[in-house]
Amino acid sequence: MNKLLKKRHLNPTVTLFTFEAPLIAKKAEPGQFVIIRPNENSERIPLTIADFDREKGTVTVIVQIVGGTTADLNAIPEGEYIRDVAGPLGKATETDGLKKVAVVGGGVGCAIAYPIAKKLTKLGASVDFIVGFRNKDLFFLEEEFTAASDKLVIMTDDGSYGEKGLVTDALKKLIEDGANYDEVIAIGPLVMMKFVAKLTKEYGIKTVVSMNPIMIDGTGMCGGCRLTVGGKMKFACVDGPDFDGHEVDFDEAIRRNSVYKEFEQEKACRLLNLK
Amino acid sequence: MANMSSVKNPMPSQEPDIRNKNFDEVALGYTEQQALDEAARCLNCKNKPCTQGCPVAINIPEFIKETAAGNFEKAYEIISQTSSLPAVCGRVCPQELQCEKYCVRGLKGEPVAIGRLERFVADWHNAHSTESAVRPESNGHKVAVVGSGPSGLTCAGDLAKKGYDVTVFEALHLAGGVLVYGIPEFRLPKDIVQKEVDGLKALGVDIETNVIIGKTLTVDELIEDGFEAVFIGSGAGLPSFMGIPGEALNGVYSANEFLTRINLMKAYKDDSETPVMHAKRVAVVGGGNVAMDAARCAKRLGAEEVYIVYRRSAEELPARAEEVEHAKEEGIIFKLLTNPTAILSEDEKSVSGIRCVEMELGAPDASGRRRPVVKENSEFDIPLECVIMAIGTSPNPLIKSTTEGLETTPRGGIVVNEDGLTSRDGVYAGGDAVTGAATVILAMGAGKTAAAAIDRKLSGKE
Repeated sequence: MNKLLKKRHLNPTVTLFTFEAPLIAKKAEPGQFVIIRPNENSERIPLTIADFDREKGTVTVIVQIVGGTTADLNAIPEGEYIRDVAGPLGKATETDGLKKVAVVGGGVGCAIAYPIAKKLTKLGASVDFIVGFRNKDLFFLEEEFTAASDKLVIMTDDGSYGEKGLVTDALKKLIEDGANYDEVIAIGPLVMMKFVAKLTKEYGIKTVVSMNPIMIDGTGMCGGCRLTVGGKMKFACVDGPDFDGHEVDFDEAIRRNSVYKEFEQEKACRLLNLK
Repeated sequence: MANMSSVKNPMPSQEPDIRNKNFDEVALGYTEQQALDEAARCLNCKNKPCTQGCPVAINIPEFIKETAAGNFEKAYEIISQTSSLPAVCGRVCPQELQCEKYCVRGLKGEPVAIGRLERFVADWHNAHSTESAVRPESNGHKVAVVGSGPSGLTCAGDLAKKGYDVTVFEALHLAGGVLVYGIPEFRLPKDIVQKEVDGLKALGVDIETNVIIGKTLTVDELIEDGFEAVFIGSGAGLPSFMGIPGEALNGVYSANEFLTRINLMKAYKDDSETPVMHAKRVAVVGGGNVAMDAARCAKRLGAEEVYIVYRRSAEELPARAEEVEHAKEEGIIFKLLTNPTAILSEDEKSVSGIRCVEMELGAPDASGRRRPVVKENSEFDIPLECVIMAIGTSPNPLIKSTTEGLETTPRGGIVVNEDGLTSRDGVYAGGDAVTGAATVILAMGAGKTAAAAIDRKLSGKE
């Protein structure tokens, strides 16, 4: 049982949760995740660690409320308890030796990319942080993003904030303007990461993507999170979640993430009393 | 005078056609009358050949003698002297390869139903005993146990009974390991596992769930925290796949994933939030207990055709005889001497079938079993929607990669000596983390051996 200390709605569908988890806070590194089970009958879901405070013993996750389990988490009031939190799981994002990095986030993925940008900046790297949202209403954490980067580039699909366009447009422009990145780190929807990787491949820039497949235990037992990377089977929970974006089979990952779509839709209907 | 019937008292069971549609326990257990009658078949041999076949050396003739006399609680005490999980073992041990294999009555007819009697005695105790376990006085020594499966629970129980302060660290949200995530409810009801876990708690064992050793804490941190010995019973790990085309298709599961969804996450119940596929036609690849469990679960989820696809013959099936029997009765179709070569898809998204070849047995291989070889021009397809791979696991890398100086085999299993001691002082290991996928009872035996070695070391007897 982990006490929920703070809950903040960042936009209509994204919520920040800070909870007590001293052992996890002590070990957590950007890029790692926790497995959360909000209630006794809930599913176990993986959520990437967005922030942690080793002294206070707290961990923060930022979550898009998309289905039954995230809705259950969202229903827990501050001061009450999350049933189970386990972690930190997965390997931390490699930051050694990086001098000039583009960190690219899409939607809620920006929240997950944020601690990596923050860590790189703290280590003295020059960080261009490109964040993409559908529109201004969905945008969040501008102050934090600004503090975690040398340059923050905001992109919206409709141009209601920042520049109009996709994150790949912004990335391409920066590369063309001679940014000379050691590495690009992309975190967001699978389609976004696929296209970031496609773009950087043309320029031969090493690209790391953070995969978030379906998981159960998160410790290397179930194999549900398997991906094809460089033609080989990998388990995101123990081999990742970070992988070489030029080697990941994104189309397969997109397909595998839709396995339970019907079940989830039915569950969503049940929640809304439509069935 | 012994009961000279040449056959065992049959086990009362749910009818196959009823049980293959529910998750309630299949075998219902002996009545008192049946237990008394069966116990009377034991000849009480002086040299106790059966006991040699038991990995935890239960004094079998003695407990059966008490059972025959109607002293069921006394019989339970005798079993408990050496076994910490009798209600579990009576249900899941492969008795035909252990105690019952050596039973003298088996020379002419069927052996005494030792496993069924063990289960009867344990269930009788659970139903009638009012005594709660008494927490022994602490001897001040702290021991950490990693994993709450059969080896960890046994090790923890043996040490707690001797007064050690034992903390068990479990990675999942529920204690029990494979007993809760792997073995289905219809073979091992989860309230029986919970009772065993509660029994350990009553002995003073502290169980910390959601702690992943190798991630949340390391073995070295446990030692720094004052644990004088650590037992690693972290179980089997990463599921194996065959490396054939189509294994990434939607509708392909590892048995671990399929069973965890059903058993740990209760996906078979309407109120569970965890989804699982309810396919009409399913193939399970493999011939062990895990394969039987997966096939029987698939049937219970409503599948009309469930195949066991196994590359050797019936004789080599590694599963317990009773599980194979039960699976057949429930309508599982056995495709023996058959090996998959590809998983097929019509839409390049979901499974639409499995391509197989027929096999025949050639000369014996390194394991002593006859090696299956492909029969020429024998390829055929089975149309189906779901494939479950139950072909074993390889050890989990989390502890190995975070514990310096912990020696492992090339396959990744932890190397131990005959006491269960690893290459690190004070660090012991047992169960599937050492042997690779094996049985509950062998894991318990390893937990027991390590507990005895830890006791000798910490009490200064060594």
